[in-house]
Amino acid sequence: MKLDTSGFESTAPLFGASSELRDGFSNAPSFDLPVTADFDEFQKEAKATLKHAKGTTTLAFIFKEGVMVAADSRASMGGYISSQSVKKIIEINPYMLGTMAGGAADCQFWHRNLGIKCRLHELANKRRISVTGASKLLANILYSYRGMGLSVGTMIAGWDETGPGLYYVDSEGGRLKGTRFSVGSGSPYAYGVLDSGYQFDMSVDEAAELARRAIYHATFRDAASGGVASVYYVGPNGWKKLSGDDVGELHYKYYPVMPSTVEQEMVEVAGQ
Amino acid sequence: MECVFGLVGNGFAILVADTSAVHSILVHKSNEDKIMVLDSHKLIAASGEPGDRVQFTEFIQKNVALYQFRNGIPLTTAAAANFTRGELATALRKNPYMVNILLAGYDKETGPSLYYIDYIASLHKVEKGSFGYGSYFSLSMMDRHYHSGMSLEEAIDLVDKCILEIRSRLVVAPPNFVIKIVDKDGAREYAWRESVKDTPAASA
Repeated sequence: MKLDTSGFESTAPLFGASSELRDGFSNAPSFDLPVTADFDEFQKEAKATLKHAKGTTTLAFIFKEGVMVAADSRASMGGYISSQSVKKIIEINPYMLGTMAGGAADCQFWHRNLGIKCRLHELANKRRISVTGASKLLANILYSYRGMGLSVGTMIAGWDETGPGLYYVDSEGGRLKGTRFSVGSGSPYAYGVLDSGYQFDMSVDEAAELARRAIYHATFRDAASGGVASVYYVGPNGWKKLSGDDVGELHYKYYPVMPSTVEQEMVEVAGQ
Repeated sequence: MECVFGLVGNGFAILVADTSAVHSILVHKSNEDKIMVLDSHKLIAASGEPGDRVQFTEFIQKNVALYQFRNGIPLTTAAAANFTRGELATALRKNPYMVNILLAGYDKETGPSLYYIDYIASLHKVEKGSFGYGSYFSLSMMDRHYHSGMSLEEAIDLVDKCILEIRSRLVVAPPNFVIKIVDKDGAREYAWRESVKDTPAASA
């Protein structure tokens, strides 16, 4: 069935002389409309194919010196890897980071939006917003849009007057305060490494190593995670990017393959 | 999965809740306090969707405080329960809150009381109540061992019996529980029952 476009026909002659403003405004569309009986369903499908960055591994944890944040960099659309260089750690301001899991657009937009609100808070109150406050700002926005299709799973990590702060916020309206979180399809793998290696009294180097390792092991087992493992550290003087390593390179370091002993060798058949 | 229960004893009411924040197969947190202190002599325990749970209980808490500011006297437990039910019922036909609530309080005139309010906004005054998967165990445990006018020791003993039963019989049993109490001296945390610590040194 072809779409009925008769409603788009120009009605201009009915309203007297032509004018610059109106001419061409209500002409029939100059592009072909998709040949489909159910246009709404077509639009839904078209939108669904553009859903992005579903498979992800992100993690963050609080330790003695501050907060460590790490993520992979792969974006996939179903089985197709659409990018290996996504910035999943979003810099909200010099003291606060957000991580990205779920819809890439939703995360990027609402983190930018949060950045604006945090800056306005800073200008109005002459002090930086707390991580608690910022995360609640975001959670309340997401809660007000719940059930409308937003897809966000994020951690807000930062340093404020009370020290290091870490919150998990999602598009269902959930907001959790904690010391150790991982979000995304690779998170169970990341938790496995993180939980077994975590100690509160780690140095920055040890913590960065643990974070990198957790991301690497998650990308190894989770097909939807990969690319580069980036690691950020948030301390009293704001965040700093510590490293960004291709997980393919990390593989040689973290997953050495032992040369196996040769059990049987092919030999020339004797007497030949 | 979620386990929230409570009971009324002689001069006090107790609420118990699990403290797990779960997403599908992942436990994101095992020390999430799901019992809020509504005002000086009221406790509200909620189970349901995490977003709704926090938003709704905070909303009720703020409105109960507003009433007290405006009128100079606090709401009675019964009034607070009816207010909560009303808000839940109004929202039910618009954008329902998926929360089940146990509200415990202590009033000078009426003593301790416990109210059971579910997400479809039905309100019951009860002596013992329970929500979630844990209710299959804790309800029968309380039916068997509860009697009116329990002492604090008896009540805590029963609460521990329920927690033990949940931990040993429920497949998806939460590891940790928080116990809160309200009596003539006010609403407060009584104890935690933890079998898993979230972080070795969480005090950052």
